[in-house]
Amino acid sequence: MYSIALKMLVGDRSKYLGIVMGLTFASLLITQQSSIFTGLMTRTYGAITDISQPDIWVMDPKVQFIDDVKPLQDTELFRVRSIEGVEWAVPLYKGLLKARLQDGNYQICNVLGLDDATLIGGPPVMTRGSLADLRMQDSIIVDDVGASTRLAQPSPSGEGLRPLDIGDVLEINDHRAVVVGICRVSRTFQSQPVIYTTYTRATTFAPRERKLLSFVLAKAAAGENLDTLCDRITRRTGLAAYTAQEFKDMTYDYFMENTGIPINFGTAVALGFVIGTAIAGQTFYNFTLENMRYFGTLKAMGATNSILLRMTLLQSLLVGMLGYGLGVGTAALFGFFLGGTELSFRLTGQLMFFSGAAISLICILSALISIRRVIRLEPAIVFKA
Amino acid sequence: MVTERRNVAVYCRSVVKSYSTGPSTVLALRGVDLEVNLGELIILVGPSGCGKTTLISVVAGILDYDEGECRVFQHDLQAMGQRDKTRYRGQNVGFVFQAYNLLPTLTALENVSVPLLILGISKSEAETRSQEILIQVGLTDRLHSKPDQLSGGQQQRVAIARALVHQPRLIVCDEPTSALDADTGQTVMRVIREKALSPDRTVIVVTHDSRIFNFADRIARMEDGRIISVESQVAH
Repeated sequence: MYSIALKMLVGDRSKYLGIVMGLTFASLLITQQSSIFTGLMTRTYGAITDISQPDIWVMDPKVQFIDDVKPLQDTELFRVRSIEGVEWAVPLYKGLLKARLQDGNYQICNVLGLDDATLIGGPPVMTRGSLADLRMQDSIIVDDVGASTRLAQPSPSGEGLRPLDIGDVLEINDHRAVVVGICRVSRTFQSQPVIYTTYTRATTFAPRERKLLSFVLAKAAAGENLDTLCDRITRRTGLAAYTAQEFKDMTYDYFMENTGIPINFGTAVALGFVIGTAIAGQTFYNFTLENMRYFGTLKAMGATNSILLRMTLLQSLLVGMLGYGLGVGTAALFGFFLGGTELSFRLTGQLMFFSGAAISLICILSALISIRRVIRLEPAIVFKA
Repeated sequence: MVTERRNVAVYCRSVVKSYSTGPSTVLALRGVDLEVNLGELIILVGPSGCGKTTLISVVAGILDYDEGECRVFQHDLQAMGQRDKTRYRGQNVGFVFQAYNLLPTLTALENVSVPLLILGISKSEAETRSQEILIQVGLTDRLHSKPDQLSGGQQQRVAIARALVHQPRLIVCDEPTSALDADTGQTVMRVIREKALSPDRTVIVVTHDSRIFNFADRIARMEDGRIISVESQVAH
């Protein structure tokens, strides 16, 4: 009977394609929008992801997310270093500073000041130059996207712009800064170029303030429980201490709770679900209605409701699987071809599962609406002309 | 209660069936008395709306009646649950419809296999048996044709093969020739008479078509929800 169910479905080519296309569209919209949402939210903690060496981030207790910098006194670094279970601790400066370009324009940059001695917290990938070059006088390293876009220089011919290159000079807050390397970093939620330099030089670039230490990055001693160490740091210093994952979660939660991102993307995802349900459900229901005479015939010939239910579910399962596969495949292609652009797209296993669950729900709803008619069908309709 | 004789296949006494259409109620059967014997082909005739189709629906077990008694092969269908009745139909009843009701996306062979697949018989076994019956009704060269590739008479022969393939004891035919020309109608009735009828099987045909009356052993005339006469005749 299952092969008959499939032939009934596939034989009506236009309806069959209509249902599959409806589900493909729903699957595409749900997966694509969810992937963009996930990609965007991943960017919110991109800076934490890039700084992978420390286990623990120490900061002012009022900090809510990575870009919410509330500076500490420099002495807090030594207090953290003195705590039992801390293998090492280094300072990190993070701030938005104004850079003056050669053409006279200004650009706000996200400046990261790394520990002078160890350069811990440096960029994950150097595309040109070396991280150690930061030890040269006035040196900075710039991210490749920033170098080729917002920090791009006028070309020597005078036509257009060329990417910022090694040897180029900027002025950061009236201080000379020489580019010694180009790096690749995770895209962040903010669009400013990222500039790496040493902690001491960063505090020179920054406007004078009493406190300039943004974060203390700490490494736990071998065998030390991270949660216990965080508690100990908080207890002894009065500062907040989080594991890298906790800090990511905190940043993620902040953007979830305080921005319109979830509702905006949630609306698109919900729309995809509703439209998918409407198109697929309506087409599937019409398909069932048009086949009611044949379902009645099968019923008259001895097909039980259970057989008809399984036939309908199988039909629904087939179109669901096809629609899901095509939708997720198209979304993946979309992400693949636009991967090198500004698009934030992150298709995870969980998202594929979520999309699959949504499509399954649409199919089950469609099948239930249809099967209700089939189960209530009087087999005596077969004698109606 | 009158007890039916052993060779009686269908035994109806004072069967009443009404339909509710909004505020009014229509009495489709007003106390039908009918006996149909094993090995007999009976034709039900009468004007439109006289209750012919309602009566065969009751006898075939696809419609419940309101009052009276209706036994088919000693089974009181009214006393059966829906599931048992569905199973009973699958094993004991074959249907031939006016509009054929062949599944349009299946071939003749697949359409004929459906009753066997419903009974849980394997696909290969079902197709072997279906092929045999299609050959018997003269469709050897049309096994893999879909309904839209067949003429009306061929489609009806596929429907007859489908009604016979699971060897049911009762075959009900609703206007089997009304969509066919006279010659094709005669051919179809000849197939029904020769292939469907056997000593342990009963065929009930509902029709308006007086040209096929000669295929009946008896003709039951209905009017206004009642059987008004039953005439025996020598079938050809």
